[in-house]
Amino acid sequence: MWRAEWMWRAERQVALSSLHCTNKKIQKALISRIAMLHSFFIVNASGDVFLEKHWKSVIHRNICEYFFEAQKKYRRLDEIPPIIHTPHHYLIIVHRSNLFYIGVVNKECPPLFCIEIMHRIVDIFEDYFGDSKEATIKEHFVVVYELLDEMLDNGYPLATESNILKELIKPPSFLRALQNTVTGSSNVSSILPTGQLSNVPWRRAGVKYTNNEAYFDVIEEIDAIVDKSGSIVSAEIQGYIDSVMKLSGIPDLSLTFMNARIFDDVSFHPCVRIKRWESDRMLSFIPPDGHFRLMSYHIGSSNLVPLPIYIRHNIQFKTGASGRVDITVGLKQTMGRPVEDVKVDIPMPKSCINCSLTPTQGKFSYDTVSKVGTWEVGRIDPQKLPNIRGTVQLISGSDTPESNPTLGLHFKVEQVAMSGLRVNRLDILGEKYKPFKGVKYLTKAGLFQVRT
Amino acid sequence: MSNGGSMADRNNERNNVSSGVASQADSDYAADPASSTFFASDLKKYGDLKNMLESSKDQLRLEAMKRIIGMVAKGKDASELFPSVVKNVVSKNIEIKKLVYAYLIRYAEEQQDLALLSISTFQRALKDPNQLIRANALRVLSSIRVPVIVPIMMLAIRDSTNDMSPYVRKSAALAIPKLYSLDDEQKDQLVEVLEKLLGDRTTLVIGSAVMAFEEVCPERIDLIHKNYRRLCQILMDLEEWGQVAVLNMLTRYARTQFADPNEKEAEEDGDEEFYEEDQSRPKKLTMDSDLRLLLRSAKPLLQSRNSAVVMAVIQLYFHVAPKAEMVSNIKPMIRLLRSHREIQSVVLSNIATLAAKPSRRFLFVPHLKTFFVRSSDPTHIKLQKLEILTSLASATTISIILREFQAYISTSDRELIACTIQAIGRCAMTIAEVTETCLNGLVALLSNRDDNVVGESVCVIRKLLQLQPTAHKDILRHLAKLIGTVTVPMAKASILWLIGEYCEQVPHIAPDVLRQVAKTFPKEENIVKLQVLTLAAKLFTVNPQQTSLLAVYVFNLAKYDINYDIRDRGRFLRALILPGGHTGEGDGGSGGEFDLFSKAAREILLATKPAPVMESRFKERTELQLGTLSHYLNTRTAGYQDLPAFPAVSLPSNVRDVELPAVDIAKKITPGKTRPSQPKAEAKFYSDGETEEDEEEEEEEEDDSSEEDSDEESDDDDEESDEEEEESVKKSAAVGNGEVKASGAVKTPKAVENGSDDTSDESESDDEDDSDEEDSSEEDVEEKGKKPAVKPQVVKPPVKAAVPVVRDIGSPKTDSAGSSPRTAAASSKTAPAPQPSKTALAKEVAPPKPDKVKGKSQNIDMLLDFDSEIASSTASIMPTTAPLFPLGSPIHSANKLPGGGGAPTAMPPVRVPNRSFPLLAGGLNGGFAIAYKFPRRPFIYSAKMVAIELTFTNSTDASLENIKIVRKKLPPRVEVQDFHEIAVLEANRTAHGTVGVDCGDTTQSIGLTVECSGKQYDVTFKPRLCEMLRPIAWNKEEFEKARKNLSGLNENYSNVELPAKLQVKSAVVDVILDAANVAPVANGDDVDDSGFVVRFIGQTVSSSSNVLISVAVRAAGKAIVTVNCEKVMVGSVVLQELREAFSKA
Repeated sequence: MWRAEWMWRAERQVALSSLHCTNKKIQKALISRIAMLHSFFIVNASGDVFLEKHWKSVIHRNICEYFFEAQKKYRRLDEIPPIIHTPHHYLIIVHRSNLFYIGVVNKECPPLFCIEIMHRIVDIFEDYFGDSKEATIKEHFVVVYELLDEMLDNGYPLATESNILKELIKPPSFLRALQNTVTGSSNVSSILPTGQLSNVPWRRAGVKYTNNEAYFDVIEEIDAIVDKSGSIVSAEIQGYIDSVMKLSGIPDLSLTFMNARIFDDVSFHPCVRIKRWESDRMLSFIPPDGHFRLMSYHIGSSNLVPLPIYIRHNIQFKTGASGRVDITVGLKQTMGRPVEDVKVDIPMPKSCINCSLTPTQGKFSYDTVSKVGTWEVGRIDPQKLPNIRGTVQLISGSDTPESNPTLGLHFKVEQVAMSGLRVNRLDILGEKYKPFKGVKYLTKAGLFQVRT
Repeated sequence: MSNGGSMADRNNERNNVSSGVASQADSDYAADPASSTFFASDLKKYGDLKNMLESSKDQLRLEAMKRIIGMVAKGKDASELFPSVVKNVVSKNIEIKKLVYAYLIRYAEEQQDLALLSISTFQRALKDPNQLIRANALRVLSSIRVPVIVPIMMLAIRDSTNDMSPYVRKSAALAIPKLYSLDDEQKDQLVEVLEKLLGDRTTLVIGSAVMAFEEVCPERIDLIHKNYRRLCQILMDLEEWGQVAVLNMLTRYARTQFADPNEKEAEEDGDEEFYEEDQSRPKKLTMDSDLRLLLRSAKPLLQSRNSAVVMAVIQLYFHVAPKAEMVSNIKPMIRLLRSHREIQSVVLSNIATLAAKPSRRFLFVPHLKTFFVRSSDPTHIKLQKLEILTSLASATTISIILREFQAYISTSDRELIACTIQAIGRCAMTIAEVTETCLNGLVALLSNRDDNVVGESVCVIRKLLQLQPTAHKDILRHLAKLIGTVTVPMAKASILWLIGEYCEQVPHIAPDVLRQVAKTFPKEENIVKLQVLTLAAKLFTVNPQQTSLLAVYVFNLAKYDINYDIRDRGRFLRALILPGGHTGEGDGGSGGEFDLFSKAAREILLATKPAPVMESRFKERTELQLGTLSHYLNTRTAGYQDLPAFPAVSLPSNVRDVELPAVDIAKKITPGKTRPSQPKAEAKFYSDGETEEDEEEEEEEEDDSSEEDSDEESDDDDEESDEEEEESVKKSAAVGNGEVKASGAVKTPKAVENGSDDTSDESESDDEDDSDEEDSSEEDVEEKGKKPAVKPQVVKPPVKAAVPVVRDIGSPKTDSAGSSPRTAAASSKTAPAPQPSKTALAKEVAPPKPDKVKGKSQNIDMLLDFDSEIASSTASIMPTTAPLFPLGSPIHSANKLPGGGGAPTAMPPVRVPNRSFPLLAGGLNGGFAIAYKFPRRPFIYSAKMVAIELTFTNSTDASLENIKIVRKKLPPRVEVQDFHEIAVLEANRTAHGTVGVDCGDTTQSIGLTVECSGKQYDVTFKPRLCEMLRPIAWNKEEFEKARKNLSGLNENYSNVELPAKLQVKSAVVDVILDAANVAPVANGDDVDDSGFVVRFIGQTVSSSSNVLISVAVRAAGKAIVTVNCEKVMVGSVVLQELREAFSKA
């Protein structure tokens, strides 16, 4: 009952706060097409709205009640749809690291636009503070607020490049805090970041390093579905090249691949010259300073994707009150590299009370709340394949579970990109120094599922 | 919760406004300690904060502000502190200032009177020399939602649009929607400002300007015309958010301007006028070249990392591109699916819409597996995927899909199972081959233990059976058995309906079913009861002997049911089958008109019913624009506007032609000049139908431009001639726009000269990496070239020549040297130093290094180590990157904008001759030779320098090391920038180094000492002034005008005897272009019987003085070469050098 009361109040508050604008602007709303973020809230898992920011007139935070209503409807947090329709506004919800970021818009806009901005905001938080946990955000309230103020104006993105922002508002650090106290200098810059006006807005000017280094991490994630019989239903590779650039001045890099034809689809950091890619299949770019994702690529299921690992399983639930589980993990194509950090998630049926499984290797733990068993296998020894077996106890008298669980698989293989991608060479132009260069390859499981 | 509290607070705030004013007055003497304490105690809350804010220490005030902002962020009410905070707006500390700004924006609306006190600070800040402060002041000022300051805001925005800093202009663009939302009566003025901003030349401003356009006046499509082509061209360079705005806007624009590239039928039944007109010009049902330009410019953005940009491109293609071109968009869409969950959901809903269209379905089939459901997906994503899979089902894919569906049915997600069953039903319906299989599968599901599964299956089976009822007696029998066990009401109702409908096929079972349900009737759900009644009625008409009693029993029960629907239905059916209100002991034997009904009852009850159609729930969404909020929610959201339908015929493209600024000036200065008859001749060009349209369009256009004129400058021109002039210009421009209008019938000489648009097209698109400036200047030349040669003389150089003038990419070049800049640019790109040999070289030179590195960190696989040859490769690769190097040039041009009125646009070199001159002969110097040549490209480190490429050749047996410049002996005003040191030069190889030379417009020799392997070589060379030029874009009027001003001492001329082979125009042009880095003057050639005149224009790199070259060739092979330059010395030297060139040629 009290919920309904709240809803009513929420409605009224919202209506009140936007009253003066709605009255006058109804006609206008009909013609203008792009609306931007009106307000922004951060809500934690327990339902506290602990930060709010308004770029236009204030919308009362009770608007979040609609979100809480929706939250109650769904069992899992990630099932809440990303956009909720309320009588006067639309809530756009982004869920990251257990926080909900709620953007409010009041009229038509491209939803991806808002979603992207909100993700970008969180990215910037992570860039500034290392993570985007509730405690971290609370600790840096003022910087967060300043950032939000700087990143959007009137709800429209103004500066979203991390390098520009960092020139405007310096990231917090202990040393700087100390320095500020002593010298009275501030965290906020009074001059326009050089990037804003340049053609390479992502790079700040005057970068200087004593050791010039350029590192590339080629990371591939294998998404796969393997069916009951062990045959591959679908397998795809999602790859990223993340870079760390510590290069002085304005270097102009070009990176070539041994086999650039394998990509199905690519996307680039804005610094990459797309024309050059289209003509020569090389990445030519003036990099941002520091960490950034240079490119991501996708190799679709039409290509043959080798899977480094397989699972043999025998899972049976009997009508009584128990079931038997027997799972073996084995190696397939690993390109001669060890498979490490292997982990198997075994979701148990809802009626499961307990399960006692004994692994020949690694650790097994069972979470009685989420009903998921986790077997941390570690590294696979090809001579002695790891195995886990045991029994599962179900609530007696309950129906036999209709279906067997879908196993989730995690692993990583270092120094190999499963697609066979190799970086050929890196050239640096425009600067005289010779940087230290390195490439690292890593393959890991993305959404790797085995149906049983 | 703080809800009730904040309501109260809100009321307080209203009251506080008045008291706030008083306290503000108090605070004037707050410096007095006594009054400040008094003041503090006056307030119950936040006393300490107030004290801190009024402290003299920045640190304390900053601390206080931080705490206040913390409160604001948490949503606590901090409005009480407004008076104290607002005073700090004048703080010198930038951080305090920013926080105060943030506070102001939040609370100004509530405390309007107090907020006004801060306004003067902002007005002052708007004049600050620091652009960031100006921009911030404008941002905050415009964010204060206080209606009183609307005029101040308007003024500030107006001023800021003229600001030197693009960043401030951007802020001005962003401020426009804010002001508009505060007071929409300002619209007209804002539109005016906006029009200016839309024409801004920096990409930084454009995105925001388009954003403001969308917000303020999306209906003013006419403002876009002139900027359309430029917007397309700079799309790549905009910031990502701007790209989204521009793409969305241009989608709508394209829908209003261009005919549907797909729709053949519409054209066929379109009015005949279209065809008539079609005959008058070449039959062109192809796409408008401007639409093509848009699509082509948008395509690379599919590679953006920003999903919103990708989606914007996709919706553009979906809504305005030919269907066939959608193919390229699919993979990026698939890629987005791996992004964040929220993005995935939106993209899936868009894919579902596309897949629901049969014509687009095939596009997704290759990616079928991407849509397979994972157990970890959230339910709404699972359902979206299922939807797509179902839409993609066809005879070829169905087997894979059905196998996949089977897997879903055995999962534990009930919602997924239910939807899968429906999906199977849909597949069975659409694909005849599998109907049987699906039906059997569904029947098998009837024995499932889960009620929901059974229920759902029954419902789907019912729909399927309706399609082909006769063949499935078995299934009916099976279903009838279930009647006792099924608990899901909908399923039960479905079974009853089926049995009733097809009772003739199961004559023995049907009455029994009725008997069973009659027993449980009172306990059933309403929906079931209704079906029981229907069943009873149907059976009664078919088989009254066995069922009449049961039927009457059921009707009696229904009569006393609690639900009026059921009572109604009972009454109605009873009247139908038991006319006259009998309680029914027999076969409707009674007479009367009721008989009519009961006789027809059978036809009424057992009429054949159309089978239900199951289709995608995304089908209806195709009407909504893809990628919009409305589309995702499947409702029309506030502010949503349908995309306009395509016009039947593309509107004339000449509205998008951009007039040359020079024309405007010429027009203003010599208004009354009569025009030659050329425009009239061109008027025939259009068929009647089109001319009408044209004129309409032009009238509109004229209105705009006259508006524009009047606010730009006060011109007292007579309006008529103005219009006349403009019209003719436009016409002629339209003629030049070859791709659209060039026809076989009317052959303008230009169009003939360069017929092959397509090839130049391609090279052009390659060039798009080049800086804007280059592009636009190139366009500039074309534009100028297209003007008829009858322009009145220009009195002053073009003030706005720096404004990029955008033309259709595909339009042809005018003069004979026309396509050479492009080819030159292309060749400079495609001719890098041979790379493979470099790699080999690197391997040879430095094999030990990788080992060392491996030792350092094992996980790092080294790239090939080619450090040692970086320097040399730098030089050689330079030419490849120079055109791509986006630094520098646009910035320079941005700097030029405010002050440098007359700065003409620079151009890429027209031609790059591959001629090198020896500098150090190899024979004398032990095999080390140096040669130099002029690559004719800007030197990247300084705009005042010319790049000179040095080629070092090692013809010795040993490798040379450390080639570098150690000393320079330079005359005054001459500067030389060194090349990168070349570490190693292998035997019998060459290496390159690029030096920059600012010759200061002298020809004094430059002495350099080059060191190589420890030995020093002195070399001297004289800069050739002809190479120390850069080409610029001028037209003939400008040229002649400038030449008049440079007469007398500034003019140097000389007679040259030309050999026979040089007596053709192209040969002369070749000689000049080879010798000097200049550009032919657009339209600058005069040819008559006696000979010809060619004109060239360049500018010295070091001092930007114009160098005008003209060569007049008379019949007898005598030529007069004239060079005009404001620097007398330069002019004479250039002349000298040109004479040499002629003599050598």
